Amino acid sequence: MATDRIVGIDLGTTNSLVAFMQGETPVVIPGDDGLNLLPSVVALDANNHPVVGNAARTALIDSPERAVYSIKRLMGRGSEDIQEELKLFPFHLADDLQAGEVLRITLGDKTFTPPEISALILRQLKRNAERYFGEAVTKAVITVPAYFNDAQRQATKDAGRIAGLEVLRLVNEPTAASLAYGLDKKQNGIVAVYDLGGGTFDISILKLHDGIFEVIATNGDTHLGGDDIDNLLITIALDDIRGDLGVDLRRNAEAVQAIRKAVIDTKIALSSQGTIKLDIELPGGQHYRREITREQYEQLIQPVIDRTVGPCKQAMKDAGLKPEQIDEVVLVGGSTRIPKVRALVKELFRREPHTDLNPDEVVALGAAVQANILGGGSEATENMLLLDVTPLSLGIEVAGGVTDKIILRNSTIPASATQHYTTQIDGQTNVAIHVLQGERELATDCRSLARFDLKGIPPMAAGIPRVEVKFLIDANGILHVSAREQRSGKEAEIQVQPSYGLTDEQVEGMILDSFDNAEEDFRKRQLIEARAETSTILTALEKGKKSAAWGTLTTDEKKQIAKMEKSLAAVNAQEDYQAIRKAIDALNQGTTRLAELMMDTAVSTALKGKNMDDTDLGEGPTPPHPMAPPEFQ
Amino acid sequence: MRAAHFCESCGKVQPPAPSNYFAFFGLPLKLNVDIAALEKDFYALSRKLHPDLSAGSGSNEKEQEWSLEQSSMLNDAYRTLKDPIKRTQYLLHLEGVELEEQSKTATEKARASGEVKKQIVPPDLLEEVFELNMHLEELRMNKKIGDDDPALFEEIGKAKLSLEAKHEALLHELQAYWKEWDGLIDRGAEAFAAERAQVRDKMVDVLNRRNYIRNLVRDVNEAIEN
Repeated sequence: MATDRIVGIDLGTTNSLVAFMQGETPVVIPGDDGLNLLPSVVALDANNHPVVGNAARTALIDSPERAVYSIKRLMGRGSEDIQEELKLFPFHLADDLQAGEVLRITLGDKTFTPPEISALILRQLKRNAERYFGEAVTKAVITVPAYFNDAQRQATKDAGRIAGLEVLRLVNEPTAASLAYGLDKKQNGIVAVYDLGGGTFDISILKLHDGIFEVIATNGDTHLGGDDIDNLLITIALDDIRGDLGVDLRRNAEAVQAIRKAVIDTKIALSSQGTIKLDIELPGGQHYRREITREQYEQLIQPVIDRTVGPCKQAMKDAGLKPEQIDEVVLVGGSTRIPKVRALVKELFRREPHTDLNPDEVVALGAAVQANILGGGSEATENMLLLDVTPLSLGIEVAGGVTDKIILRNSTIPASATQHYTTQIDGQTNVAIHVLQGERELATDCRSLARFDLKGIPPMAAGIPRVEVKFLIDANGILHVSAREQRSGKEAEIQVQPSYGLTDEQVEGMILDSFDNAEEDFRKRQLIEARAETSTILTALEKGKKSAAWGTLTTDEKKQIAKMEKSLAAVNAQEDYQAIRKAIDALNQGTTRLAELMMDTAVSTALKGKNMDDTDLGEGPTPPHPMAPPEFQ
Repeated sequence: MRAAHFCESCGKVQPPAPSNYFAFFGLPLKLNVDIAALEKDFYALSRKLHPDLSAGSGSNEKEQEWSLEQSSMLNDAYRTLKDPIKRTQYLLHLEGVELEEQSKTATEKARASGEVKKQIVPPDLLEEVFELNMHLEELRMNKKIGDDDPALFEEIGKAKLSLEAKHEALLHELQAYWKEWDGLIDRGAEAFAAERAQVRDKMVDVLNRRNYIRNLVRDVNEAIEN
């Protein structure tokens, strides 16, 4: 089934992308706005319909209580351990949230679990891919931070399922990046991947050998990223404003979001400029103005960046390697564009980091490569294989509240361990097991993964049953448990109570588009979209007919265009979306010259009075065909 | 030797047969292992057994399950055989010596009863350990009253170096026993049960002594740092 399309998806804290292997090269699939990055922002419009991406970003400022960003920070986590998050991010927990229940946040007057929000982002990417291929997409490889624990991974898989995607594999982000790098370079050696994204930091050290990508050690921090830099700057700005203008805006959601947007723009600008003038309009019309130099900015963010040093040193220690033994350092994640970060990496690893690959896209491209490996597609990936590791030790809680580690961190996965249990009381038919992840001694200092209840042990005298429990961490880094009572040979029934996750039933109930109607729904949706495009191009054509450029066309050209216009109108009334698309393309082709003429007029008008010398045309984005759907209504 | 992993004719992954880690790699029960060759075999077997590579090729659920079990066994086997100490411990385990188990049950017992686990001091270290423990006690007392004694630090530092050297030396001693063991295996071990038992016991002793020293060095580090 080589025609089964499997896409690679980077579900990021700040931005998400979808990519696929086009022949021998991975390529990102753009959205219908032509952009490769889809902001991981979700909002509900006035009709309570979900909106994803750039449109949702505007909602953040206008109606912040109907929008959410950085939802990845809440995936697989419980209400007790997001207290820090709640202080720094405008997440609103549902009022009726019970203890031990899966997190829900409010958007407007509705509530959603984090996997459901992520599913909306995934669904948008799925649609972008389907639009690009002209066929349904149901299989994907999705990336996760290497340091994500079991619950966080499970939540990501759940999100895929809710979005109507079969998640064939979860791949660790730094490992995915190394695939993209390795495909590009085809060199053996030891590679360190330093991945500082919006919300998470990962450092992975890999050995590349003849197509085998073997992770030797990995470490990181799932609460560390560009968001933390933003929050630091926002706090400083708020304090400044309170000092200068005497106004405390911490509770003013719109103001905070406006400041946030300005802070992010500033941060990005300071990567290429030495000074920036900040000017934010606050509610009430006052302005907050400040000049920031790169030096000042770097000093402010140093403590955040310094937090990446510990994990890097630990990873090298676990790998048994010195910086000199590492051949290459690859940078991943938008935050690695900050010059101070690059300097830190250079100092830590004693070499210039490799910056050829686009740090925003490399993870998605790597996911596409892995998708290709799984699907058995190209010649390029024929010999490639990923051998990843589990980032955290797996342990069982034993007497005294201590953790007994049964699978150590950095063990290559799939990995397994077997434990034997027996009963304490005569006739006891259940055994309870508490599984944890983490490196600490005490169970309370580790992360509770799940409680397993082994049921159906044949009643015997105490101490006689011998229950063999097998713990298996699969290639996704997710734990599976099976048990058998050895004397009777009976498989014990296992009831899993995940500490932070959704049960299968809950996920089933959340699935957005039913699988059965996938084909039908897909066709319907394609038809709707094609018709919308027809309407837009015909409107643009009407505008074109009124322009000065129209008069310069020959009679023949006008006749041709009229013919294609009529043809499109006819096909549009029918049900074949592919025919409609063909007619739109034909009309687009037929009006190219008109578009060019209209463009020339527009440019020449704009340039009137300006000299070529002081107009830096630079390398801007390719202007859209004026007949193309306008970006702003 | 490894044909059991996959069918000769169709090449598909087979259900894992009970096997030990050495047999998994087609290796005899010898302690000297060519690490480079082991790595090569590990990569080659990974290409055949890893779930990623059998994922798309029309394999059914059962095959996927076997692939998962086989590759987890492969990873466990490689991890164990690659490391000299783990390899030795594993072989001893196959020989019926439960080093880990003994230590673990003792630790659990101690935890449950709240007692401190008894550590048997290797006889050749008795004097050194006694002196070191005295120094460490002194250090702890000094820290409590905020006193600083550079001469004491130097003594402890020297003792630590001496222990680390012994730790290193024990590895060499172990490797000498490997040679002995492998020799017995070559000669057809069944006939030399008594000799085997002897070498086995010597290796157990080395591992215990090495473990003891490692724990002691860790205690020293903790005392110095805190």
